[in-house]
Amino acid sequence: MITIKDSCIGCEKCIPVCPVDALKIEGKLAVVDEELCISCGVCVSVCPVNAIEPVLMAKKADFSKYSGVWIYAEQHAGKLKPSGPELLGKGRELADEVGEELCAVLIGKDVNGLTDELKSYGADKIYVVEGDEYKDYSTEAYTTAMVTLISKYKPSMVLYGATHLGRDLAPSVAGHLGLGLTADCTGLSITEVEDRKVLLQTRPAFGGNVMADIICPNTRPQMATVRPHVMIPLEPDDSKSADVIKETIPVSPDAIKTEIIEVLEPEDSEEVSVDEADVVITGGRGVGNDLDSFEILEELAVLLKGTVGCSRPIVEADILSKSKQVGQSGKTISPELYMVCGVSGAVQHRVGIRGSKYIIAINKDPKAPIFDMADFGIIGDLHKILPILKSKIEQKKSSEK
Amino acid sequence: MNGECMKFVVCVKQVPDTTEVEVDPETGTIIREGVPSVLNAFDEFALNVAVQLKESIDEDVEITALSMGPPQAKDALTKCLAIGADKALLLTDRVFAGADTWATAVTLARSIKKLGGADVIFCGQEASDGNTAQVGPEVAAHLGITQLTFVSEIEKIEDKNIICKKETDEGFLRTRCPLPVVIACMPTPGFLPKIPNMRDIIKGKRKPYEEWGFDDLGGEEEDYGLEGSESVVVRTYSPPPKGEGIIIDDEPETAVNKLMEYLEKEGIL
Ligand SMILES: Cc1cc2nc3c(=O)[nH]c(=O)nc-3n(C[C@H](O)[C@H](O)[C@H](O)COP(=O)(O)OP(=O)(O)OC[C@H]3O[C@@H](n4cnc5c(N)ncnc54)[C@H](O)[C@@H]3O)c2cc1C
Ligand SMILES: Nc1ncnc2c1ncn2[C@@H]1O[C@H](COP(=O)(O)O)[C@@H](O)[C@H]1O
Repeated sequence: MITIKDSCIGCEKCIPVCPVDALKIEGKLAVVDEELCISCGVCVSVCPVNAIEPVLMAKKADFSKYSGVWIYAEQHAGKLKPSGPELLGKGRELADEVGEELCAVLIGKDVNGLTDELKSYGADKIYVVEGDEYKDYSTEAYTTAMVTLISKYKPSMVLYGATHLGRDLAPSVAGHLGLGLTADCTGLSITEVEDRKVLLQTRPAFGGNVMADIICPNTRPQMATVRPHVMIPLEPDDSKSADVIKETIPVSPDAIKTEIIEVLEPEDSEEVSVDEADVVITGGRGVGNDLDSFEILEELAVLLKGTVGCSRPIVEADILSKSKQVGQSGKTISPELYMVCGVSGAVQHRVGIRGSKYIIAINKDPKAPIFDMADFGIIGDLHKILPILKSKIEQKKSSEK
Repeated sequence: MNGECMKFVVCVKQVPDTTEVEVDPETGTIIREGVPSVLNAFDEFALNVAVQLKESIDEDVEITALSMGPPQAKDALTKCLAIGADKALLLTDRVFAGADTWATAVTLARSIKKLGGADVIFCGQEASDGNTAQVGPEVAAHLGITQLTFVSEIEKIEDKNIICKKETDEGFLRTRCPLPVVIACMPTPGFLPKIPNMRDIIKGKRKPYEEWGFDDLGGEEEDYGLEGSESVVVRTYSPPPKGEGIIIDDEPETAVNKLMEYLEKEGIL
């Protein structure tokens, strides 16, 4: 809800921006229809005299009205991000367990072509919001779209990838709707509380030293961001079908505050990013002080269809770009295989890699803390070990052909 | 905003040193005793960014360090005053205890309103205890202003607009955004926090420090703390231990052979 203060000057700026037509002018002042208002907050940001205030209250929901497991299908430049299919994989399981529909939400400009992909990954229904205002991601427009859709269709759960975008959008939506939100979940399941089926959300906290199981029993939808690469997509099946529902949710340009002045893509934008790769070969200070020393890691990464990562000093020394940094102030990753060479394993590094399935560490110092986390460790000089490993893998690959 | 000088608020949290946190296997609760508390590293970065920005602006800027927490969180604020905040405010009350991100955001947003608002509200991208990264955006929602997350650099404030560099999933963006705004800061590599010297510390001790409780913020008790929270932690536990790893100390050739065997056995290759 919002309140309109006496300082309203009746300028009407808020009227056209409201996505649900909840505002009108009465006797020279704006008034809000409380039944219609969905708390999206767009009007607050366009008011030139700060006369509109959000009154966000947590809503105790009438649970019977809420049904459907939703996943937010993130896209960039018309390409679907892996988080969508991953969430559909988990979402299918949850939806079947509670006996509800599995729906994907797709927002962007010219993204209709992605619906086939979402269908093949198991969505029963796809909500598509398209428009020029959605060309680039903006917190304001995308929040308005989500808040409007959620208010209209009332899903029981909404899942987002815990990507940069997801971690910007989800708390904004939760803030506007007054919902609980659980961040960066690594496990989701259904549990019963007082005869009701609720979403049990498992997540690491304290840098992974503690696991917590969390529920949001009083608000609907239940929302969570989910760590990328933890959930497993279903095998795509082109024969599946889904209902595609198009929604027009215009957002006034006035309401979009942030302007992109320049896009600074990383130099290595062609590659899979470290947090999306199945195999990450990371090098630390033990590898060396120049790019040439990282060549061997690059070659191994190519062989194993993975990508190279690094510890923070490597970024500080300007050897690799920030997008390659793994750890607390870099990327949190959860690949199948994490091979970590010449990295001591400081806690700030370790917190970023706990989700890895297999950790293989190579370090010449037997006391390096990275060995505490390793499934397999080799004590020795990486400059001797890696070339041998590379040729053995090559041998094995060519003998398989 | 109103008033003659520009206002920055930096939201800081005192967190347990996460390298030492463990779960009591008997009770399933987090062991806090004996665990040292520190100023959340990302918030320290945010404060440094705010102080640098203040120094680069011609106008007068007042920086308020704001924290919600138990009385001992005063230590974190004392540090902020030494680093360069002009005044500090601690929100402390039994009613505020046990808050989730939603209730924390309600409390912080209400106090910022009571302070008369701010032009820029700085947060850390995430706190190292909860790692949620939600409080900043939720404060923005409560104040009805916009947010910029994953901000690594602030270039300048110009004509009531802030220009900064933010990280996205694809790379970086340079963005312009009108004030007021909530900025969630993500440390850049190479960032070294300013270590306050004795003079800064003494100067800090003379700066205004205040504490507010429930009576100062008003509203209903049920808006705050555990009662005002929407998410409920049903259980905490230690992560399942990783099995003892195999560690090889052998000639490179032999070691690699053993690794190859292992990779094949586990089906990785
Ligand atoms: C707020 C904050 C955030 C941080 N965030 C991150 C982060 O996101 N990611 C991150 O990585 N760090 C981060 N750090 C830094 C972290 O604390 C460590 O300083 C860093 O991870 C160390 O990197 P390293 O292991 O490559 O280097 P070092 O600690 O110097 O370790 C090098 C290792 O290489 C081994 N070695 C040397 N030569 C060889 C050889 N020939 N063969 C095999 N082994 C060899 C050595 O035995 C040693 O163990 C952060 C720090 C702070 C304060
Ligand atoms: N209790 C608190 N008091 C002040 N600021 C906080 C508090 N909790 C979180 N914050 C701010 O919100 C950011 C994100 O925290 P979190 O959402 O807990 O990861 C932190 O870096 C702080 O800037």
